[in-house]
Amino acid sequence: MADKVLMKGNEAIAEAAILAGCRHYFGYPITPQTEIAAYMAKRMPKIGGTFLQAESEIAAINMVYGASAAGKRVMTSSSSPGISLKGEGISYLAGSDLPAVIVNAQRGGPGLGGIQPSQSDYFQATRGGGHGDYHMIVLTPDSVQEMAELTIKAFDLADKYRMPVMLLADGTIGQMMEPVCFDLAIDPAPEKPWATTGTEGKRAHNVINSLYLNPAELEQTNIERYARYDEIAKNEARYEEYLMDDAEIAVTAFGIAARVTKNAVNEARKEGIKVGLIRPITVWPFPKAPYEKAAEHCKQIISVELNMGQMIEDVRLACNCKIPVSLCSRVGGMIPTPNQVLDAIRAAAKGGK
Amino acid sequence: MTTQYLFAGFGGQGILFAGKLLAYKGLMDGKNVSWLPSYGPEMRGGTANCSVIVSDEPIGAPIVLNPDVLIAMNLPSLDRYENDVVPGGTIYVDSSLIERKVTRDDVTVRYIPATSLAAQKGLDGLANMIIMGNLLNNEGSLASESLEKALGKCISARHADRLQLNRDAMSLGSEL
Repeated sequence: MADKVLMKGNEAIAEAAILAGCRHYFGYPITPQTEIAAYMAKRMPKIGGTFLQAESEIAAINMVYGASAAGKRVMTSSSSPGISLKGEGISYLAGSDLPAVIVNAQRGGPGLGGIQPSQSDYFQATRGGGHGDYHMIVLTPDSVQEMAELTIKAFDLADKYRMPVMLLADGTIGQMMEPVCFDLAIDPAPEKPWATTGTEGKRAHNVINSLYLNPAELEQTNIERYARYDEIAKNEARYEEYLMDDAEIAVTAFGIAARVTKNAVNEARKEGIKVGLIRPITVWPFPKAPYEKAAEHCKQIISVELNMGQMIEDVRLACNCKIPVSLCSRVGGMIPTPNQVLDAIRAAAKGGK
Repeated sequence: MTTQYLFAGFGGQGILFAGKLLAYKGLMDGKNVSWLPSYGPEMRGGTANCSVIVSDEPIGAPIVLNPDVLIAMNLPSLDRYENDVVPGGTIYVDSSLIERKVTRDDVTVRYIPATSLAAQKGLDGLANMIIMGNLLNNEGSLASESLEKALGKCISARHADRLQLNRDAMSLGSEL
């Protein structure tokens, strides 16, 4: 077995990005993700990379645009209010079909909100976040090990589909330390014949742009992009099922909420309640299959979230509202306790919703 | 088996470090471990705490709400967390900084005048390690290879001169 080191989730993201070949990081500090920038500031100069603290989040995301257009693996990171500022740039990346990895270590909102963990940017992340018809692939790690693995996956997916990919984490997973192993398979970045790397007078110019003043042409780019999204929905939806085989109640949660929920599911099983967990690992594309299956043999789904009920809408769509879906949540930087989730499971077992 | 620890005190007392050492030791013993700090403005000289879980099972929530072991290094921490400790659990109290006694009778309490001892013995700033020495000795794992390895991981080569001081502080704590 390869060596494991104890590392913060945020640091694991930074190290994994470097392993994936990312040599360009642009960011602006914000709690609770500043360790990513600190790690990059320390490492990038030693390996010939670029760490640049921009004058603002907006500047940073546009630097990402530039580096990506030049064919480089590039990343930025922020937390909720900072991600809102990056929204315009993310839309431009999507409109220009540029790969990039964006980390959101979510904190409570809206507005400046607080600095404690949250999942209240679910709608923003899964619906694109900026203007226009577009999506990002959104990955939701629930451990420090997954912070590393999904960061590498994020770079692969971004290059494969030429689009921005978001790692949707939260303050807790970012700040906690767990053992992590970096002995991971890494595919080299693919050739990028579309990149603006200089023609040397030998080829036609590559143009990276999101401006199409001819509506018919713009319509066509949207249609082609959505055909690609259909492929992604078919091929890239990921999830974990835990004790679902004989479950009569399903609990669903991602990230830190899934960690809390696992404790509650284990306790409920000790009480003889047949309950399992569906944990989405991508929330766009949203994994529909486990919910369709659950609707056949469960009487209720409980969605555990650190928001006022956002993923619950996707859960209802995924199971076609065949069974009731209820919400168990805390917000504003508070985290549901395993007992709160356990009480919700007990209530569902008794037939209440 | 799962043991949940809560370390709590002021910023600067080495709360996060003590927790990290315990987590690293667990890792070296082949256990599952998690370490979660309180983060935010309260760390700047205010209260600091961290949750550490060491387990043979996969770890769910990394947040310790009901510790098996509480290490309280100041009065606000004892006031806040005393009643959260599970019955039969253990509370370590830095009795040079906390004048009152633990009011519960269903937990084991160890009063260690760690801060004043550290000052007397030239081990300034190592009250945390005096308590850790006592804790690890009670758990029967003070003289272990995994602890030495964990120390090596937690104290960078740049501060290698601190290594022996940390060992001395733990040794002192173990004798109490």
